[in-house]
Amino acid sequence: MNDAFDIRNMESHIEVHKFRGGAIVGATLLALMFQAFVPVYFAKAAMIDLPLLITIYFGLSRRNPSTGLLLGMIIGLLQDSLSGPTVPLGLYGIAKTVIGYLASSIGARLDTEHPAARFALTIIFFGLHQGIVLLTRRILLAQSSVWFTMHLAAAAVVNAIVAVFLFALLDHLRKS
Amino acid sequence: MAGIPSRHKSIFLLAGVVLLQILLLALQIKRDSEGRLIRVWTVGAFSPFERAGNHGIGHLRDTWRHYFALQNASRENEQLRRENDDLKIKVTQLQSKAIEADRLALLLNFHKSHESVPMLGARVIATSAGTASATIMLDRGSKDHIKKNMGVITPEGVVGKIVEVYDNTSEVLLLTDKDSGVGAMLGNSRVQSPVGGAGEPLLVMKYVANDDVVSVGERVVTSGMDKIFPRDLPIGTITDIKPGNPFKSIRIRPSAHLERLEEVIVLLTLQPLQLNQETETAKPSASVAKSPASGTPAKPAPAPVSSIPAPNSTNAAAAVKPE
Repeated sequence: MNDAFDIRNMESHIEVHKFRGGAIVGATLLALMFQAFVPVYFAKAAMIDLPLLITIYFGLSRRNPSTGLLLGMIIGLLQDSLSGPTVPLGLYGIAKTVIGYLASSIGARLDTEHPAARFALTIIFFGLHQGIVLLTRRILLAQSSVWFTMHLAAAAVVNAIVAVFLFALLDHLRKS
Repeated sequence: MAGIPSRHKSIFLLAGVVLLQILLLALQIKRDSEGRLIRVWTVGAFSPFERAGNHGIGHLRDTWRHYFALQNASRENEQLRRENDDLKIKVTQLQSKAIEADRLALLLNFHKSHESVPMLGARVIATSAGTASATIMLDRGSKDHIKKNMGVITPEGVVGKIVEVYDNTSEVLLLTDKDSGVGAMLGNSRVQSPVGGAGEPLLVMKYVANDDVVSVGERVVTSGMDKIFPRDLPIGTITDIKPGNPFKSIRIRPSAHLERLEEVIVLLTLQPLQLNQETETAKPSASVAKSPASGTPAKPAPAPVSSIPAPNSTNAAAAVKPE
């Protein structure tokens, strides 16, 4: 999944990064495992959406909408699969597909290497992700869900802070 | 996707992927009592078109039925109107027959309860042409063994008596005629007094002394003293009492519906009759009814009751049913 994603937008003046072999797959699996098991022992960790952060990071780095949305779809469907029977397959899949597409599209046009940009983009994508999930619940699944809570706002900030450090860590997986 | 510009390929890919996942959602979700979400969505997506189509087709069908398929409506309407008129006439006839059947049933019951009395049913075919007299014409005459001075009754009460007889018809002087009279007595006190007509709907009882006790609502029945009507046939009910000198003025509402007679019973005998076999001693305060013409007491006929044949006497129903 890593080297197979070729750089398609050769016209872009922004650098397109490649990653070490297995980096994307490993990072994705680790993020999913963290999301599934860490909150069992540390409940506050559920606030962090690591699969989303992975989607955003690789989307911004790979800067290819097609690969970004496919990666987002895979991560989202896997997260759905690990979220129990109450979460239908596709709930996070749709959201992360869109986020992957948008992140790739934005990453192809903007410099997203700066921590401040990553912080801001993560907050925006987190909100957008929650909005898509909420719309899917309300419109497609007819499930009630609140639009905004302070918990979500705090989660957005926390995820953005985590994203700044996580993205810096993930930068070490890039091929030099 | 070969013809799609490369920069738009990702958008189509996004749309396709999202759509696939939406379908995936729909396949999984099963709503309570509504089935799977894919079915709900499908029905929800198609039902507006189905409703619109159904509405449109219904509108077209109604338009066709109400505007284009009405070529024969006028003719059909005319035919239905004729049928409706015919049915109305038939309904009226049936209602009339039902009422007639009720009346005939009353006559039949009356005849059955007095089978020993020869009687003949007759239909009223005419009434008096003027207001100076109160008479009716029956469709039975001398050929049916009807004779002058025979009594005419209905199950409700006394009607009058035969005053003229022709071959096939006969004329009845109603109780309400001012020349009519019948031997009567009060139902409770048994005080006897003739009751006569006054040329108006109510009858008059003239010869009841002031010291006799009479009350409004009391029944007045035949006394049998006139030798025409048997005893205790209802004549009417007292509606008004006024003191007089030397007799009270008593007004009576006839029991029989004299103003709308259609079938009557002719008592085919001139002998004194007793519909009820019980004998009672009546107070002799007054005598018998006067004759319609002369005011003299009616003369009993010499022939025995059994000697007067009743037509179709073997069949009680036929005996009372007007032909």
